[in-house]
Amino acid sequence: MQNENLLEVRGLRAGIGDKEILKGIDLTVRPGEVHAIMGPNGSGKSTFAGVLSGDPRFTVYGGEAKLGGVELLGMPPEDRSHEGLFLSFQYPVEIPGVSMVNFMRAAVNAKRKYLNEEPLSASEFLKMMRQKRAIVELDNKLASRSVNEGFSGGEKKRNEIFQMAVLEPKLSILDETDSGLDIDALRIVAGGVNKLKTDKNATIVITHYQRLLDYIKPDFVHILYKGRIVHSGGPELALELEEKGYDWIKEQNQ
Amino acid sequence: MQNCDNENKKNADILGESDGEYKYGFVTDIDTDIIPKGLSEDVVRLISKKKGEPQWLLDFRLKAFRQWLNMSMPRWAHLDIPDINYQEISYYAAPQQKKEGPKSLDEVDPQLVDTFNKLGISLEEQKKLTGVAVDAVMDSVSVHTTHKEKLAELGIIFCSFSEAVRDYPDLVRKYLGKVVPATDNFFAALNSAVFSDGSFVYIPKGVRCPMELSTYFRINAAGTGQFERTLIVADDDSYVSYLEGCTAPMRDENQLHAAIVEIIVEDRAEVKYSTVQNWYAGDKEGRGGVYNFVTKRGLCRGEASKISWTQVETGSAITWKYPGCILKGDNSVGEFYSVAVTNNRQQADTGTKMIHIGRNTRSTIVSKGISAGHSQNSYRGLVRVAPGAEGARNYTQCDSLLLSQTCGAHTFPYIDVHNDSAIVEHEATTSKISEDQIFYCNQRGISTEEAIGLIVNGYAKEVMNKLPMEFAVEAQRLLSITIEGGVG
Repeated sequence: MQNENLLEVRGLRAGIGDKEILKGIDLTVRPGEVHAIMGPNGSGKSTFAGVLSGDPRFTVYGGEAKLGGVELLGMPPEDRSHEGLFLSFQYPVEIPGVSMVNFMRAAVNAKRKYLNEEPLSASEFLKMMRQKRAIVELDNKLASRSVNEGFSGGEKKRNEIFQMAVLEPKLSILDETDSGLDIDALRIVAGGVNKLKTDKNATIVITHYQRLLDYIKPDFVHILYKGRIVHSGGPELALELEEKGYDWIKEQNQ
Repeated sequence: MQNCDNENKKNADILGESDGEYKYGFVTDIDTDIIPKGLSEDVVRLISKKKGEPQWLLDFRLKAFRQWLNMSMPRWAHLDIPDINYQEISYYAAPQQKKEGPKSLDEVDPQLVDTFNKLGISLEEQKKLTGVAVDAVMDSVSVHTTHKEKLAELGIIFCSFSEAVRDYPDLVRKYLGKVVPATDNFFAALNSAVFSDGSFVYIPKGVRCPMELSTYFRINAAGTGQFERTLIVADDDSYVSYLEGCTAPMRDENQLHAAIVEIIVEDRAEVKYSTVQNWYAGDKEGRGGVYNFVTKRGLCRGEASKISWTQVETGSAITWKYPGCILKGDNSVGEFYSVAVTNNRQQADTGTKMIHIGRNTRSTIVSKGISAGHSQNSYRGLVRVAPGAEGARNYTQCDSLLLSQTCGAHTFPYIDVHNDSAIVEHEATTSKISEDQIFYCNQRGISTEEAIGLIVNGYAKEVMNKLPMEFAVEAQRLLSITIEGGVG
């Protein structure tokens, strides 16, 4: 591989309007790795996910973020998606009237068009949907309903992982995927993520609690505090946090 | 789904996948017999004479004309309608053909066949969408009707209005003006005086029409109006699904289209009437476009009869139409499903009238308004329950989707109930597309434009699903094209 690093973030500064939230983030993710980003509320975890995926609410002040060598910042969000970035939303929105099938078909064929590939035929597409659905045990009925409409919290998160399975991203960012999940749903969602893991793709797990990391084992754990990564380490760092809470981080960084 | 794919491709081929501009704006350069501009009794007589009509029909026209002279244009709608100079319009324009009217397609001017091909309407039966018979009307005359013989075997009459007057005068005379009287309103009176052509359908007792019947209306000549009339009669225990489509060239001037559709449904019969209206809407600044002032009404005369209107309104500079049902027969059913999309400077005031007269009559109204750009979009609906309409039921759902800060959506429901046993429900919502929904779609790789198309089509799905499959795909495309550039 020419570029060993899947994601390279250097000096990323961003915020909402004039309010700076990310104050210079550096992060390198290589293929096959799972990174966890942890931190107290308001530290900038979701902002980081939003800025990488191109959420228009955020303004980028400086820095760079390359995915597979391609600069993401400044690129429209749909192209970042085509380049292989996937965001599992903390709060997936409902889109009434648009069936999951039509939605995913539009998404898959938009990506194929971007990559100069022929659109999938209806039968090929439906076959793929069936296969991918099994990964997160998503009911056929859910797939034929409108996007997230009337889904329970757990169903919404499973639906996110289902979409991830269909789009086969290089880098997935799971933003607080464990929030609002009971233990069974958590197991299914985490199981889906683990099944999709290969040595070519990578995952960034954003979470507040250690709980999810019992199911999705991280290779690296980073602690984000006040818009900066203040600590990086192995999986043991998450356990340490679980034991001590975030206060020692806060004290160290006063 | 595979079928749908092919259809999609086919329509895309026809329409040309480019910039979403109005694809039907071309003009066919063909010799046209146009009578001089102006409207008078002499003009009415001239039209009748050109069509070789019997005296009774001339009398019908003249009576309507004399009454029209004493009427004035309705101003109650939420529309800004410029004054129309009725003396500046030509009331009859016919593409030149052999005198008798073509018997087979070989005799139809190839240029006309080409024109309809370009519009995606093939007049060659073997190439046609299977299961659809078409009457193609250009300006004031019917060009060709397909599948006539096959339908005739079942006793179904499907022909141009002029032919019906000639070949089935008793049927036409029996039903003409019975649902929409000549004096019903200003535009109906005008149409009754000068109507040129249109379609006539008769489904005999107990016959289920095996294919969709469809009329395609095309305005071509400049400075003319189009005044067609459609009359559909469904005898006891019969069924027909009928569809009309319309387009016109792009012109800076406004063109007037004032049509009448009358439907009569006898005992236990059902008529499903679908419209995909895509007259030229004018340019972004509101120059040009068709004034679409149409009176459509159906009479459920028979017991347990049913009329279902489905309309997808995307075109026209100004739309004024209220397809209604008079539910006279006991247990009769009226339905109205509408999607009206307006963009730029378009104005629409559209809805329905459900008049409950018979016992246990039921009506359903689902109206979906979509407004973009600087357009104004109004729903206006009347539900009336007469004193004798024991057990009448109505359900109305009226939704508005706003796509810009500068458009307007308005709802004017009229409910007039004279029987205590009636149950009338009205639900209304107003919504817009959120930035979160757009970003969610973007993150999955769907561009903003495509996302809006998906969401708008999803919003309109309940109505689009009522369209015959052959036309649903084209209608979906039209929705997406119409709203382009109007969001924000």
